[in-house]
Amino acid sequence: MTELRKLYQQIMLDHNKQPRNYGRLENANRDQEGHNPLCGDRLHLYLHVDGERILDIRFEGSGCAISRASASLMTAALKGGTIADAEAYFADFHAMTTSSPDAPVDTDRLGKLAIFAGVREFPMRIKCATLPWHTLRAALKGTDTTVTTE
Amino acid sequence: MSEPTGSLPVLTSLDPCEVERIRRDFPMLRERIRDKPLVYLDNAATTQKPLTVIYALQRYYTGENASVHRGVHFLSQQATVAFERSRARLCRFINAADPAEIVFVRGTTEAINLVAQSYGRAHIGSGDEIILSHLEHHANIVPWQMLCEQTGARIRVAPVDDQGMFIMKAYERLLNERTRLVAVSHASNALGTVLPVKQIAVRAHRWGARVLVDGAQAVSHIPVDVQDMDCDFYAFSGHKMFGPTGIGVLYGRRLLLETMPPYQGGGEMIRSVTFERTTYAEPPHKFEAGTPNIAGAMAMEAAVDYIDAIGRSRLAMYENQLLVYATQTLERIDGVRLIGTGTPKVGVISFVMDAAHPHDIGTILDSEGIAIRTGHHCAQPVMQRFGVPATARVSLAVYNTREEIDTLATGLRKVIEVFT
Repeated sequence: MTELRKLYQQIMLDHNKQPRNYGRLENANRDQEGHNPLCGDRLHLYLHVDGERILDIRFEGSGCAISRASASLMTAALKGGTIADAEAYFADFHAMTTSSPDAPVDTDRLGKLAIFAGVREFPMRIKCATLPWHTLRAALKGTDTTVTTE
Repeated sequence: MSEPTGSLPVLTSLDPCEVERIRRDFPMLRERIRDKPLVYLDNAATTQKPLTVIYALQRYYTGENASVHRGVHFLSQQATVAFERSRARLCRFINAADPAEIVFVRGTTEAINLVAQSYGRAHIGSGDEIILSHLEHHANIVPWQMLCEQTGARIRVAPVDDQGMFIMKAYERLLNERTRLVAVSHASNALGTVLPVKQIAVRAHRWGARVLVDGAQAVSHIPVDVQDMDCDFYAFSGHKMFGPTGIGVLYGRRLLLETMPPYQGGGEMIRSVTFERTTYAEPPHKFEAGTPNIAGAMAMEAAVDYIDAIGRSRLAMYENQLLVYATQTLERIDGVRLIGTGTPKVGVISFVMDAAHPHDIGTILDSEGIAIRTGHHCAQPVMQRFGVPATARVSLAVYNTREEIDTLATGLRKVIEVFT
């Protein structure tokens, strides 16, 4: 149960049940679809970007607890920040999820996002956690097509 | 002692002792996963293998390895005899009329692609129609879409009702003089629904259409008789019937196979080759280019022997009882909704839960040593039909027990506990 508890921590269960920044963003000037074809998770990310700053960010879609909580915590971390901050978070999050399960996690930089370190014990679930981040990256780059985890 | 006259043999299901003996034939069932005894409920993906199948592979590679149909040496002759004996055994297993109607392929997917590209490209043209059911696995959709792109034919979809049952009347309305082929599952991999393939075939034949049945989910669970069913093609895989991966069978009516062009070119499938012209071998060899999966064929024979030693009717009866028990058990759990509740069904239960997404269900059950499948099951149109992105799927085999279903129920209660 310990590995499982590490994966499904209370903060994650809470964000799954009550996701922050959920729903369509009417004045979005960037938006992006993300899709994990292996499990059917779908995510639509909306951003309102002004110059270098992410003024607002919201998401909607259907997915498992991990992808929902990841999208929720991601939007909470990025809202009001700069695009450079978002890129730095992406790099840190990516480095964490692709590291070995016993590698140390930089909680100072990642903050609450560090709870997703638990997915490293469950290789099939890593993409659930990273889908929102890949979708974000595509949104910032302005790619038109749906991004997929494959 | 003589049998009492006038009485029919009474079929009985398997008793717990027999199931326990069967379990001992499967080394994998003794494994522990995450420090718990394995509860393997993902049999629709692939079944575990009995020792007789494992030994057949080992025997071939340790004492019989040689290529077939070519060498004059002893081992090659022996391998050829064994390979063809397996073909004859599979012919009897599905009650085909002739061993030449059994084509060895890699699996169900290759069998369907073979029919699409060989029969399909020769006989299906622009404006022609192919009918599929809404329950099909991607392997019985995509090859036909590829054919349609090549030829200008089009796909029509026979609907299912809210229980996941094939709607015969709606299917009848789709049939017309442009219908060339009807391709349906014998049993749905996502829901378990058994389709009325015999009635489907009768109606297709009235319009002169051919019928392909995807038997991947049926062949190790219910008796299969291709002549009684009167299908034109029947496809199945070894690994879903206790055999190895990488081997399967395409059954095709001999008269059809004879008129079909080859699927792949190479050795084994020719009669004579010059740089100007090649003449092809007769079926089935015409469709078996290259050195075949010889060990796989031998292991398939062992798998079929294993199934028949239990008896397919008894096996089906036992699995059905277990399905009923599992269905009742799952229905009693709060917030569980079953998808596909029609009958008859093979031992597949697809479900969703209010408390958790299928992937989270799968991960929590996995931590209890319970293996199920979650996702779209390579049947995305089925998911769309029932308005769910994914389901959790429990699929049974003859070695599963009521105790394992109870363990599953405990695992599902844990899912609820974690997520509420």
